[in-house]
Amino acid sequence: MSQTKPVLRINGLQIALPEGADRPFAVDGVSLELNAGEILCIVGESGSGKSMSANAMMGLLPDLVHPTAGEILFDHMDLLKLSEDELRDLRGRKLAMIFQEPMSALNPLMRVDDQIAEVFEAHNLLTPAQRRTRAIELLTEVGIPDPEKAARAYPFQLSGGQRQRVMIAMALALEPEILIADEPTTALDVTTQAQILDLIANLQERHGMAVMFITHDFGVVAEIADRVAVMQFGKIVEQGNASDVLDNPQHEYTRKLIAAIPKLHTGETEELDKSKPILEVVGLTKTYRSGGGLFGSPERVVHAVNRISFELGVGETLGVVGESGSGKSSVGRCLVRLQDPDEGSVLLNGEDMAALTGERLRTARKSIQMIFQDPFASLNPRSRVGRIIAEGPIAHGVPAKQAYDRAAELLELVGLDPSAIDRYPHEFSGGQRQRIGIARALALEPKIIIADEAVSALDVSIQAQVLDLLAELKQRLNLSLVFITHDLRVAAQICDRIAVMQKGNLVELGTADEIFNHPRSDYTRSLIEAIPGREKELAATG
Amino acid sequence: MLRFIALRLVKAAVILIAIVTLNFFLIHAAPGDPAAVMAGEAGAADQIFLDQLKEQFGLDKPLLTQLGIYLGGVVQLDLGFSYRQQMPVADLILDRLPATLLLTITAFVISLVFGVLAGVLASARVGKWSDTIISTIALLFYATPLYWAALMAVLLFSVELNWLPGFGYETVGGGYTGFARALDIGEHLILPALTLGLFFMAVYMRMTRASMLEVSTLDFVKTARAKGLKPGIIQWRHIFRNAMLPVLTLAGLQAGQLVGGAVLTETVFAWPGIGRLMFDALAQRDYNVLLGVFFVSAAMVLLFNLITDILYRVVDPRIRAS
Repeated sequence: MSQTKPVLRINGLQIALPEGADRPFAVDGVSLELNAGEILCIVGESGSGKSMSANAMMGLLPDLVHPTAGEILFDHMDLLKLSEDELRDLRGRKLAMIFQEPMSALNPLMRVDDQIAEVFEAHNLLTPAQRRTRAIELLTEVGIPDPEKAARAYPFQLSGGQRQRVMIAMALALEPEILIADEPTTALDVTTQAQILDLIANLQERHGMAVMFITHDFGVVAEIADRVAVMQFGKIVEQGNASDVLDNPQHEYTRKLIAAIPKLHTGETEELDKSKPILEVVGLTKTYRSGGGLFGSPERVVHAVNRISFELGVGETLGVVGESGSGKSSVGRCLVRLQDPDEGSVLLNGEDMAALTGERLRTARKSIQMIFQDPFASLNPRSRVGRIIAEGPIAHGVPAKQAYDRAAELLELVGLDPSAIDRYPHEFSGGQRQRIGIARALALEPKIIIADEAVSALDVSIQAQVLDLLAELKQRLNLSLVFITHDLRVAAQICDRIAVMQKGNLVELGTADEIFNHPRSDYTRSLIEAIPGREKELAATG
Repeated sequence: MLRFIALRLVKAAVILIAIVTLNFFLIHAAPGDPAAVMAGEAGAADQIFLDQLKEQFGLDKPLLTQLGIYLGGVVQLDLGFSYRQQMPVADLILDRLPATLLLTITAFVISLVFGVLAGVLASARVGKWSDTIISTIALLFYATPLYWAALMAVLLFSVELNWLPGFGYETVGGGYTGFARALDIGEHLILPALTLGLFFMAVYMRMTRASMLEVSTLDFVKTARAKGLKPGIIQWRHIFRNAMLPVLTLAGLQAGQLVGGAVLTETVFAWPGIGRLMFDALAQRDYNVLLGVFFVSAAMVLLFNLITDILYRVVDPRIRAS
């Protein structure tokens, strides 16, 4: 595949961060080659400098960040030395880029074809009518259903995957020599991700572009890469052919990253005492209605959760997996009564949580606590950590002194220094904050913890640590866990049993082994097939 | 869209009647009796005269009956009769409306145009000295109380410099006609319109600047740059259009005050508009005039809320769909 003719060469690239950043250089001494007709994956965790390197190629670095040394050679030019006008001429024509968030990467007020037509307009090509025709052809090529209709649509009328296809169509418009894809599938559901990866690989081959693919996900690397460069703290620690790096990583950091990927193969499930479940959910139903009312538009009804029943054993971890819109988060919110279910019962030790009100509900709530997805938004930025943790117990009548002492113990339990009690959330990293979130949930001495995408926002190595912590705490405190996630790898690693949800319905419920090795429903099978890097089963030896 | 507008109009009518009712009770709850004020001024404050006045104006009837009579009139756009001015309230208001609208619409256009322009300019030069100057001036306008600015403007431009007339709608006894009269009114208009517009100009400027800066950090702006578009096109087509959405909301709020928002300015500049009418009516306990002015301003607020919402639906396809 690889023709080893470099179309772009980066030599000793160094990019300075503004003063006061945690390190002087975002990118320091990066050298690499991008060959014609290959897909080069740059892989690394957040803050590794992978996106900065890509943005430097496009001349799209943030204002306060500047390249201070090195060169980026393309077509006998050093991109770092070009004027803004010269760079602008290359952008879209020779170098094209797609981004992570398809939701926000398109102008919400412009129709799709107008946005595609702009690429031609920017380079004074074609007439307005021809641009429109080309836009529809491009939409057809990237496999959007009903391209003529999609062309006249506004971005909000398209799904995430469709928007990313529009972005790709835009990038392809002028047959660029290089396509830079910055985490283009990270925000997408797993089945959509698989389709977009296919599309990119396909188009790369058909158009003979060189693709630089930025990702944090080794699974994606295994799916798509010809070559890989691994970045850490602004430096490339290892690069080589994809299979070499994945199967035989040389650098310790690469090995650590690969080892941190949750394994898909599931071990034997521990025998749990199934005689007396701690939680019994029967016919849980939640329907969202919008519109309607006296003067409103026609009512829209979404069956977010549709008659779902399951049991959770003492000490068990039950995974609830599904794609966005499957209703998995609504299940979690109904269990803790952040939302009131429309029908069904949630029996906690035989008592129906769904029917409780007032003081009885308040007391019962202690038993089920929640950990949220976003470690940045789920902690009050104006409260000290101690208060965040102690607030719940104090509200339930524990004396303040005792609650704060307990908070310090809990911080130690989740692997933080007890002195963290007097600090504010912004002083902590994402992984540390998630530990604080766990300590907060534990403060009320719950019997059940609902973790809603609790590790999804974390880097893979941090994710592994937090998963370990959860497993250990569960064991020590004899907790039962409902683990809501879109990530089947994570589910495979931590869950005893897994419930697969699709569009509000429970598609399949079984042990992790049954789900992954003998899935009964087609939907489960399609989800598993879409897991990136599945065939390679990364680091199966772990 | 038509269905949306029709529904909103029905809602507005209901709200308007509720507002009129509320105003009616509020005014009658306030101390002071119009009959007593009138009788006092006539120098005949004896009980018989008072009763006669009350009967004449229907003030002796139970409050709810009075409300019923009033609402019955309002529905037919009859806003009652001014005891003081011996004229129908609707005629009084229509008589004053053009002067007020001339003043407030001028102020609205000035503040919107210059505020948005200054905001765009400042955002394009963020951090540079021109941004600092524009922002500082805007802050000054924003912080200055309206009546003080008005008095200072009169002091400076008409008393000291004698450039512009300091009060009134036109030169009394000037005898101008046609274009000369328009020019004369225009001269009188400058100071009050600027004074009235300053505050909103500052608000538009600050909001436009902040909104432009925020939108310029969004992903789709980066997409536009990655296409190779020229900065000017990105600025107008991508950033400006999106940045105008919050400004539109604000403009709707200001437009709602076109009738009722100029009381202070009209008082300082002796501008013969609705604001003055309201001010005088308040002093004289002229209930029907007050209620009439409140009614018209409330109607304006509702009308411009509706217009803003319609504009939003035109500009933003996401709202059209929801």
